[in-house]
Amino acid sequence: MRTTPDKIRLRILRFDPENNLEPHYDNFTVPTKPRMTVLDALFHALEKQDGSLAFRYSCRSAVCGSCAMYINGRQRLACNTQVSALGSNITIGPLPHLRVIRDLVVDLEPFFQKIDMIKPYFEAREPFPAKEILQSQKDREAIDVAIDCIDCAACFSACPLSWTDPNYPGPAAFLKAARFIRDTRDSTMNQRLALVACEDGIWRCHTVFNCADACPKSLNPTKYIQYLKRKSTFSRRGRSAQN
Amino acid sequence: MYSHDVIIVGGGLAGLRAATESSKYADTAIISRVHPLRSHSGAAQGGINAPLGNAGEDDWEKHAYDTIKGSDFLADQDAVEIMTKEAPERIIEMEHWGCPFSRTKEGKIAQRPFGGAGYPRTCYAADKTGHYLLVTAYEQVVKRKIKVYSEWFVTSLIVDNNSLKGLTAFDIRTGDFEPFKAKAVVLATGGAGWLYGKSTNSMINTGSGMVIAYRAGVALKDMEFVQFHPTALYPSCILITEGARGEGGYLLNSKGERFMQRYAPKAKELAPRDVVSRSIQKEIDEGRGVRNLYVHLDVRHLGREKILKGLPGIRDIAMDFAAIDPIKEPIPVQPAQHYTMGGVDCNSKCETRIKGLYAAGECACISVHGANRLGGNSLLETLVFGKIAGENAGMFSSSLEDGTQNAEGIIQAASESEKKRNSGLMEGNGDEDPSIIREEMRALMVDKVFLFRTKTDLEEAKTKLTGLKQRLKHLRAISDCKIYNLDLIRAIEVEEMLDLSEVIVTSALNREESRGSHVRLDFPNRDDLKFLKHTLAYKTPDGLRIEYSDVKITKYPPEERKY
Repeated sequence: MRTTPDKIRLRILRFDPENNLEPHYDNFTVPTKPRMTVLDALFHALEKQDGSLAFRYSCRSAVCGSCAMYINGRQRLACNTQVSALGSNITIGPLPHLRVIRDLVVDLEPFFQKIDMIKPYFEAREPFPAKEILQSQKDREAIDVAIDCIDCAACFSACPLSWTDPNYPGPAAFLKAARFIRDTRDSTMNQRLALVACEDGIWRCHTVFNCADACPKSLNPTKYIQYLKRKSTFSRRGRSAQN
Repeated sequence: MYSHDVIIVGGGLAGLRAATESSKYADTAIISRVHPLRSHSGAAQGGINAPLGNAGEDDWEKHAYDTIKGSDFLADQDAVEIMTKEAPERIIEMEHWGCPFSRTKEGKIAQRPFGGAGYPRTCYAADKTGHYLLVTAYEQVVKRKIKVYSEWFVTSLIVDNNSLKGLTAFDIRTGDFEPFKAKAVVLATGGAGWLYGKSTNSMINTGSGMVIAYRAGVALKDMEFVQFHPTALYPSCILITEGARGEGGYLLNSKGERFMQRYAPKAKELAPRDVVSRSIQKEIDEGRGVRNLYVHLDVRHLGREKILKGLPGIRDIAMDFAAIDPIKEPIPVQPAQHYTMGGVDCNSKCETRIKGLYAAGECACISVHGANRLGGNSLLETLVFGKIAGENAGMFSSSLEDGTQNAEGIIQAASESEKKRNSGLMEGNGDEDPSIIREEMRALMVDKVFLFRTKTDLEEAKTKLTGLKQRLKHLRAISDCKIYNLDLIRAIEVEEMLDLSEVIVTSALNREESRGSHVRLDFPNRDDLKFLKHTLAYKTPDGLRIEYSDVKITKYPPEERKY
């Protein structure tokens, strides 16, 4: 790790649709402190220099997914990115390829609407047992990692298909679908496979791993998209479709 | 004007569970300052308590007794009974809705030991239980197509003739004020951790639901009881779960000594949070802290596999925020504010004194936690009382003919006056900065109103808070941008937080005893004769008024609390 400089320069992409015709960069010089994160630096800029700066925040511990943004050329969470890892010049923009509401705040409605395309809720077979549905430790392990998505939309913003195809659900949606399909307790595998294996679905993935590269939780949606491709090829539905 | 039968304020676990229930009876909407998935419930790590008996015999009565003893006998025992009896049902329900709990060898929900509990009662999903529960609860809201107003900031409740009529709020994404008409409102806005400079909470936990209820005339109950979590990461105060000790982690001072043996010989690291926090602070204060700043939480002896399986989240946190790998090094930890035991005064049906106003979760005080909450009981409270609040609000609103018929005028006027209040902030011509006032307040609460309290400190805090409130009248002009105006939101929050700090300090000053999390060095003993009572703080035109109400004791007479 590099040593932290005394001061850093933030170069922040600003845009206020009410007053600006085009986005522009503003510079902020911020004094550093040990273990300072990019989010800390943004708060310094907001409170000491420009009260009109807009960004999202909540947990500041990398579990809520609020503060995904574009920092020095890649999607990251501002809260778990140490300033010391970036050097003295930090360029910050909103997540690319999403409509900017203001400054670093983007419109995530399309992201959540696309997740809705895969029926994003669990459905076990009813009637439910009186107690928990039993699941072996091994079966539970099958959904490990896939359940850790924090819906920050970093992957969505990095995915070339999500940029261009309005009907492509996108990496987070597919990861969520895989989470349900891999869960031995869920009963809607075939319906969900039909939803993800449609014309604008998993087969459109270019397998460029941008989503995996962008994920601040080190998840690998591409791997799960490949899983869904296999699953849909070998599933009964897939076979009967061939017949 | 928007109109719904029931409006739930807050999209965390309590709010989502309330909405799911209420939607069975009435048209329901959620309004939240953040997208529901950004709520602080998602930061809960260790687990949720229920006497399932999957890791040894257990029943609701044992759970109730542990909870009541943990509360230092200030919890209302009828409410605790409801919570512990309904616990298995609520957790099984979350499992049926897909929550990915960790599993026992038999395939049942896994349970781990937690502080202050006689049995391994804490159901868990690795160390991200809150995140998984939040996602699961949100999925049910999506499935039911419940309307969510995301990124709306609620500024006040509209009450007429002691009946709830609606609320005022502005859309953070446009800056526009819009009145909301409702027959019932459930407050589920979470705790007020951000009053403290050291807190494990999310930055949005400013206690806004508590304040709007307080300003509407509802008492805030037992606000002096603030939980300090023993193991917050140094220096960021990000939570390191109690599950780390539940899995077998040790607390070590600078001499490498397991000092909890001295303070709680039987329970050691798994004594309740108030006990462990004070022990850590004592070690630090008496010069046995590492660098005099923190102690070590050591999980290395658990081995790589157990850490990766049971505590992957805290490993990430330690690596990201302290550059330490718990597999190889001990974790630096310190006590920090963690939970607000007090809150909006309501009964075990989640009803407040205002007709149509309910509260659930951390913002409410029912009270099931009394003077000290046991780990794993907060997630449980959100689900049990979220459901109850949703059910009661839904049934109440569907029983009303149309109580809001003639209220449109009042609602419109309230919204206009709130709008004016905001514009007033933008026209300030003073030189005080709200963020400086806020940070002074947060430092003051850590200095004077923390683990160990005295009359002198509390009086000094009170005087200083009055000074800060005075300074707040001379604010600089707040940014007048319309879209996503953080400067405005944070200025409103400072005013709200100062009100709450005043309630905490006054309630603490008046409680001349030591009970649970509230320790007065000048009154070191529990005084059941005078203070086996709930504090009620009311806002009146003449200032804050303190009253007391009785604690409901059904089965368990108060006894000395030993671990």
